[in-house]
Amino acid sequence: MRARIPLLLVLALGVLSGCANSNLRGTGDLGVVIERATGSVQVLDTTHRTSLARVDGLGDLSHASISYSRDARYAYVFGRDGGLTKVDLLTQRIDRRIIQGGNSIGGAISADGKLVAVANYEPGGVKVFDADTLALVADIPAIGSDGTRSKVVGLVDAPGQRFVFSLFEAGEIWVADMRDPKRPALRKFTGVGREPYDGMITSDGRHYAAGLFGEDGVALLDLWNLDAGVRRALVEFGRHGEKLPVYKMPHLEGWAATGSQIVLPAVGKHEVIIADQNSWKEVARIPVAGQVVFAVARPGGREVWLNFAFPNNDTVQVVDLPSRRIVQTLTPGKGVLHLEFSPRGEQVWLSLRDENRVEIYDPDSFARIGTLPVESPSGIFFTVRAHRTGL
Amino acid sequence: MRILTTAGMMIGIAFSSAFADTPPLHPQRQSELIHLVRQDCGSCHGMELRGGLGPALTPQTLKDKPASSLVSTILHGRPGTPMPPWKNFLSESEADWIVDNLQKGFPDAR
Repeated sequence: MRARIPLLLVLALGVLSGCANSNLRGTGDLGVVIERATGSVQVLDTTHRTSLARVDGLGDLSHASISYSRDARYAYVFGRDGGLTKVDLLTQRIDRRIIQGGNSIGGAISADGKLVAVANYEPGGVKVFDADTLALVADIPAIGSDGTRSKVVGLVDAPGQRFVFSLFEAGEIWVADMRDPKRPALRKFTGVGREPYDGMITSDGRHYAAGLFGEDGVALLDLWNLDAGVRRALVEFGRHGEKLPVYKMPHLEGWAATGSQIVLPAVGKHEVIIADQNSWKEVARIPVAGQVVFAVARPGGREVWLNFAFPNNDTVQVVDLPSRRIVQTLTPGKGVLHLEFSPRGEQVWLSLRDENRVEIYDPDSFARIGTLPVESPSGIFFTVRAHRTGL
Repeated sequence: MRILTTAGMMIGIAFSSAFADTPPLHPQRQSELIHLVRQDCGSCHGMELRGGLGPALTPQTLKDKPASSLVSTILHGRPGTPMPPWKNFLSESEADWIVDNLQKGFPDAR
């Protein structure tokens, strides 16, 4: 007995030191950048402002996006070619990979982290997978009230183990309650407006808004009160004069919700719209350098950073919300596709597709504080997203 | 031998463009157009041009469509749809070149 205790101690110490030797670490300062042309991703570290590894073999990643497991260890990469790849940020390897559809646009993870849903253009619908095994759990064909299959856009998770998404051709918003995962309970809202092209959910999980390409305004659903149905908001947004051509559709996931205000890219206007998040009424509009693609709030919500569609995709602008003025215009390089803040907003990372690099800026001084070689970078996704509804 | 082959290819290119009704595009401009189609058209039609929010632009989907209407779609857009006009960025001969190559199978960027 006396001999066993020291032996156990020695064993325990051995195990501990073994762990230390295997570089035990967290993932809270990690992230992933998509290399859209080569079907690869790089694992990023925002503490050391470096890339830890490249992971290859993810298929067609043009327009890829990512959701994170709730432990922020795994990145679910949704590829354009219908690929769903689960990448382990710690081992920096592919954990699992399936081809689940023909042409997909994005995905979401359920509130409990057990289900991963993918929005498909072809065949139009949503497929839901077990987050551990990527086994198919449920298939929801997006057959609208017109009887035909629609492309699915704007898929997000919502509180109450729900997914919410929009049907592009049919003009519908569906809410899928996944509490019984094999039997999704669908609530369908029809006639919400023409051509919803993307959707977002506010960070409190209350409102789902679908941007409409085919008419003015947004289709707005209060998830606290589904019986009230979908209503139209911000109808004035998009009016006032002739619409300009849109060379890249704005993304609504990046709609910057900054507490009481929400900042939206106007469609066909070189403006951002500032709206009150409670009334969903416009409070201001600000002229900017082009068609906004992403409007991303810096954590804290004082500033919103903007990037732009072709041909202004070499430019980034910064809006100061209290003064409602553009306080900085940067031209970091050609093909600024995306931007992402570190969790507390002391760094912002920009992907410069045509320059084959990612640049890191100090958002206070606007000084460049780092640059990394990345092949044709697009989306940058930090693990802070693991703990945010709708991301 | 290599010089002869290259010369032969150049004559081939010269002949093919002599038969087309438009002047040949500079190789630099061709690679810019490949980049534009794959990256910027690709944001709606997919980098592999197999479709996205916009339709697929593969040889199969385009083979029965008259080239002139495709050129017109590129230059003037399609009102009532998200397809914008590209006439401020492309000449008619450049749009011809794009349609010709889309119908043949579009070249890769690399």
